[in-house]
Amino acid sequence: MTEPAVSPTLKPLSDHVMILIEAVHKWYGVFHVLKDINLTVRKGERIVVCGPSGSGKSTTIRCINRLEEYQRGRIVVDGQELSNDVKQIERIRREVGMVFQHFNLFPHLTVLENCTLGPVWVRKLPRRQAEEIAMRYLERVRIPEQAGKYPGQLSGGQQQRVAIARSLCMNPKIMLFDEPTSALDPEMIKEVLDTMVALAEDGMTMICVTHEMGFAKTVAHRVIFMDGGEIIEEKPPEEFFTHPESDRTRLFLSQILHH
Amino acid sequence: MAESRVPHSNLPPPASTVGVVGWLRRNLFSSPLNVILTLLAVYLLFVALPPLLRWAFLDASWDGDNRDACRPGGACWVFIRVHFDQFMYGFYPDGQRWRVNAAVLLLILGAAPLFVRAVSSKFKIRLGLGLLIAYPLIAFILLKGGMTGLPVVDTSQWGGLLLTLVIAGVGMTAALPLGVLLALGRRSRLPAIQTLCVTFIELWRGVPLITVLFMSSVMLPLFLPAGMNFDKLLRALIGVTLFQAAYMAEVVRGGLQAIPKGQFEAAAALGLGYWKTMGLIVLPQALKLVIPGIVNTFIALFKDTSLVLIIGLFDLMNIVHNATTNPAWLGFSTEGYIFAAVVYWLFCFGMSRYSQNLEKHLHTGHKR
Repeated sequence: MTEPAVSPTLKPLSDHVMILIEAVHKWYGVFHVLKDINLTVRKGERIVVCGPSGSGKSTTIRCINRLEEYQRGRIVVDGQELSNDVKQIERIRREVGMVFQHFNLFPHLTVLENCTLGPVWVRKLPRRQAEEIAMRYLERVRIPEQAGKYPGQLSGGQQQRVAIARSLCMNPKIMLFDEPTSALDPEMIKEVLDTMVALAEDGMTMICVTHEMGFAKTVAHRVIFMDGGEIIEEKPPEEFFTHPESDRTRLFLSQILHH
Repeated sequence: MAESRVPHSNLPPPASTVGVVGWLRRNLFSSPLNVILTLLAVYLLFVALPPLLRWAFLDASWDGDNRDACRPGGACWVFIRVHFDQFMYGFYPDGQRWRVNAAVLLLILGAAPLFVRAVSSKFKIRLGLGLLIAYPLIAFILLKGGMTGLPVVDTSQWGGLLLTLVIAGVGMTAALPLGVLLALGRRSRLPAIQTLCVTFIELWRGVPLITVLFMSSVMLPLFLPAGMNFDKLLRALIGVTLFQAAYMAEVVRGGLQAIPKGQFEAAAALGLGYWKTMGLIVLPQALKLVIPGIVNTFIALFKDTSLVLIIGLFDLMNIVHNATTNPAWLGFSTEGYIFAAVVYWLFCFGMSRYSQNLEKHLHTGHKR
């Protein structure tokens, strides 16, 4: 487990609800993968979602930007309800940044082009301005010198930081992280986590699926434990780690904290 | 722990693994079987090559303007020399052939910047699109005439290499975008579009090109109202294009399937819509992957143009064949077909080399 270097201050949260998930159910064929998911995320709040593999954590956050469909319930993102309307979905996706486990950078574009693609083609910014923004965020993730390279020439940790910068260039209101460090070599996890901590310090609303419990302790307002498609437990980190309620949570924590 | 270790210095590799000797050992004499095959190949070349060279070059006749100039025993390239203009232009009227040259020159000059590395890609895209729209129009006006005071040259008079290039050029430039659309349609989630594209592709892929050409020239007029007639060349062009588009669609689909799901998801997460995702993210990668397949289809198309001879168009192949049946020049079919083969080969080999070059240039993978 890698402890991030600095701990962000926990500012008091506003009452503005950024994400509202209400009684969401999802089936893959006959397989019931999400069972009655309810979650409210306020502006500036940072949530860490953990749980064993196949517990539905990735599926849950992928519902928020409609990479996954759900069959029942509703999700409201910053006041806009997800519907089947493609334009509405695209509008919401613009405001929700996502970082994937396998980076998913565009290999045929340079790092800079990866970062300017969204601002230029979705936000319709002039290229010059988009490049300025991109360079600013590449500096923030501390790899401005790689701007002209292709993703295939970078290490995993660098690629993931580019992916974070690419999302930030869209100036999103919410950032979703889907196991951002799971595909990384151990020595590269810290550089990515440090970037995420810095982002947390700026007050970004974040939902992060991760097993990095050190990150959860320092950054999260709430930790959510999922198993079998359900939310089992939902607590502030200090309570979650010291007084887990359910047996399943205890089992999970013992497995991932003592390996 | 404290003992100091002197690093081993780099030694040169054994002499038998590098240089000419190494190459020969690796490639020609790596096993007893390969030794035998190498020696056999050398023997065959020794037997076959000298007579061939003697026939084609040493004993060949080059000068003259009728068959009396041909010496027995060697190739008579006079046959090609005399018919050369016909092979290039077909029955295009003598005095008007400058128009063909002008059209070709215009294309070469217009397209040249596309092949220069230093030119910015933004300019290339604009120029490419401009050429794609304007050039066919300009070329058509130049070749067909009728406007701007040029005398009309009917398409039935077009022939030779000119006709081959017209069919191949139109076929390639129209089949690729059409094929891309068909491939996208085949993977579409909309059942109507998908069914339409699958039906189209399977229908056209399931019939031989000869059948398509026959249908277009023999059967289509039967369905048209009496007196209505449209150009035979145009019908062949449409037939060839639709036929090749079906093949192209399957080549492109192969590339589309190779793009990981994560690319679509990353594009979607940025808020890109369908066409932007396809145009900016998926197709650039997919098309790059299938360059060998695309060029393969192009090369096949180029050679398939020779099939238009069955509907009475005089492309390069047919016009050469026609010349060999000329009573004044009987007996020179070998020279004629060799000439045709060399011309086809030059174009196809050129396309192949260009595509390899392009692949290398577009490679952005792991070039550390």
